[in-house]
Amino acid sequence: MQLCKLNITAFSYFFPINYYFSAPKNKHQMKNNIISFIALTALTLSAVGQDKKANTLPSVKVKSLDGSSVTTDAFSNDGKPIIINFWATWCKPCIHELNTIADVYKEWQKETGVKLIALSVDDARTMNSVAPFVNGKGWEYEVYLDPNGDLKRAMNVNMVPHTFLLNGKKEIVYQHTSFSPGDEENLFEKVKKVATGQPLN
Amino acid sequence: MKKKYFTVLLILFSTNTFAQQGISGIHGNFQTDVQQYKADSSIGAPEVPEEVLANSFLNLVYSSGNFSAGIRYESFLNALQGFDKRYKGNGFSFRYASYTNDDLEITAGNFYDQFGYGLIFRSYNEWGLGYDNAMDGVRLKYNPYKGINVKGFIGKQRSFFDYGPGIVRGADGEINLNESFSSFSGKKTKLILGGSFISKFQSDEDPVLILPENVSAYSGRINLSRGGFNIGSEFAYKINDPSTVNNLIYKDGHALYITTSYTQKGFGATLSAKRIDNMNFRSDRTAVTTNLSLNFLPAISKSQTYRLATLYPYATQPNGEMGGQAELFYKFKSGSKLGGTYGTEISINASRINSIDKVSTGDEYGYESDFFKPGDETYFQDINVELSKKFNKKFKLILTYINQVYNIDVVQGLVGHGTVYDNIGSAEINYNLTNKKSLRVELQGLFTKQDKKDWAMALVEYNISPHWFFAVFDEYNFGNENKDLRIHYYSATMGYLKNVTRISVSYGKQREGLLCVGGVCRQVPASNGFALSVSSSF
Repeated sequence: MQLCKLNITAFSYFFPINYYFSAPKNKHQMKNNIISFIALTALTLSAVGQDKKANTLPSVKVKSLDGSSVTTDAFSNDGKPIIINFWATWCKPCIHELNTIADVYKEWQKETGVKLIALSVDDARTMNSVAPFVNGKGWEYEVYLDPNGDLKRAMNVNMVPHTFLLNGKKEIVYQHTSFSPGDEENLFEKVKKVATGQPLN
Repeated sequence: MKKKYFTVLLILFSTNTFAQQGISGIHGNFQTDVQQYKADSSIGAPEVPEEVLANSFLNLVYSSGNFSAGIRYESFLNALQGFDKRYKGNGFSFRYASYTNDDLEITAGNFYDQFGYGLIFRSYNEWGLGYDNAMDGVRLKYNPYKGINVKGFIGKQRSFFDYGPGIVRGADGEINLNESFSSFSGKKTKLILGGSFISKFQSDEDPVLILPENVSAYSGRINLSRGGFNIGSEFAYKINDPSTVNNLIYKDGHALYITTSYTQKGFGATLSAKRIDNMNFRSDRTAVTTNLSLNFLPAISKSQTYRLATLYPYATQPNGEMGGQAELFYKFKSGSKLGGTYGTEISINASRINSIDKVSTGDEYGYESDFFKPGDETYFQDINVELSKKFNKKFKLILTYINQVYNIDVVQGLVGHGTVYDNIGSAEINYNLTNKKSLRVELQGLFTKQDKKDWAMALVEYNISPHWFFAVFDEYNFGNENKDLRIHYYSATMGYLKNVTRISVSYGKQREGLLCVGGVCRQVPASNGFALSVSSSF
């Protein structure tokens, strides 16, 4: 019982809820709140319904290889395309895909300026092997960890490998799952189009 | 209360109307796995009265700016063989709403989370294993100052289509010193410190024993890195928590996990050690198997992917184990003698896990254990060597050798099966016929004098990028002492892929075995019949 109380005290200390959401001071304000709430809800829904904005990368915290927390907002490539590839050290097709791209990555970068971000979904069992693994393969990718699948869930990734292509505005323009040889050329065709601002069919 | 509720909603919607970042609108994913079962006494496939079973889910999420809400519909009609039969019927098993405002994230409803390496808390979902210990409650995450992240939650845990009886409270804090203090900011050495606390409440209804109703667990962790060097460690402590799994002893528990690595371009090495002592931790003291687990004790052995190497998979023993692992990754550069045109990659991995030393005390504490003394019994040992070489644009070869020692009785909780000593050899050939068409062949052999003796396996896969794949597979227990059990487990699969949609159909026999992901396993019975799998996201 003692511990339970201690814990709850800690909650209110860390998260002063009233500071963020102060209750309305009078009835009048309350009514206004309801009206504006309904109006804004309608506005939001209609905005979604009529003019669907392109999806961009969701803002989720992942880990860099030195253990720091990094928000995906920080992913950037100076307005050039970004490939985000979900993979794991225990996933053979993932390694096949990243190895295949590694052989042509320098050419891809030279031609289009594309950057590949390899997002490992390895959990606590294998996440500390990710950096040595990547260097042991000689990969030149930017690598992050998503050990409890937060970004994986936010991007509806069912299984790995799963690849996303983002344009210069970080809008998701293409995605595919799994890998068989030849898929990389298909992806690069799309990267080239995105780099030169052409639409994808 | 109502007033507060509306104000909260107002703030949610007013801020998010103008925020356009992220995936907006309705999105989600879907998967269905359907299996037909024919009784087949030759492989031990039981008769399934329903004949066809199916597991499916659909995630539906609405996101707009910083606001997100979602539900998951799950359907087990009835659950596939090997899944816990308490997954039964249809229902909404997961629903949540969350809101992020710069420094603060609020989630109400279901959520997944992890503290540190997970030694005292990890809530996650592994659909293929039927593992889902989602929390249902309220969670707050707060970033009060740069480099400092705190989070706390209170909730109950999912148990199939119901909840466990316990209430779980947790708090976690982490500080990245290089981000928080300007005097550290330019330093090459990077230091992150963290601490966690979990407390669970479950009333004591035992007629005889006085059981602790509030059980707390603490952990501290550190991550230190400099250049290519990294060390990460977590130590966890749990007060006495008599449970079904630990045979109701009143001993406290602890866990230590240390992992170090060094890496530079073309080279990487890791060294890990761990010690687990009485760390089964669940929100219900009577729960067994994978139900209502609060923590995650990572196995420190290689996650095997080749079929025959998964015949004897290791899983962490929460009542006590002690072990270590070393890994080495190296790439012989292209142009060098061993590297050839494209370079040659080699990886070596070795691990060993033993019991902990236990001296019985004959009282309610069960035993005493010397922290630094490993026990005499070997639970698991393996040595893996993998060579990977691309010869030219068309041809790539991966050769693997594995030696395993596997204590069936301990790892699978059986009696009289003893320990298996095996050698496994594997060759994987990737051959590109054209730019779009490729072949993948796997040949494997497992050789042992114990258990079911020798196995062989062959797989041929034909891929036509980007849409089609075809595979034939055979696994053959050719060494079985009983000639009637020298069975071919053959199957054929074909599949179609389009962007994020994958459809596959297969027909054939599957051997019984353990299916494991991340050290958590599910027993899959033998089966014979058609299977259909569809997955997609939107």
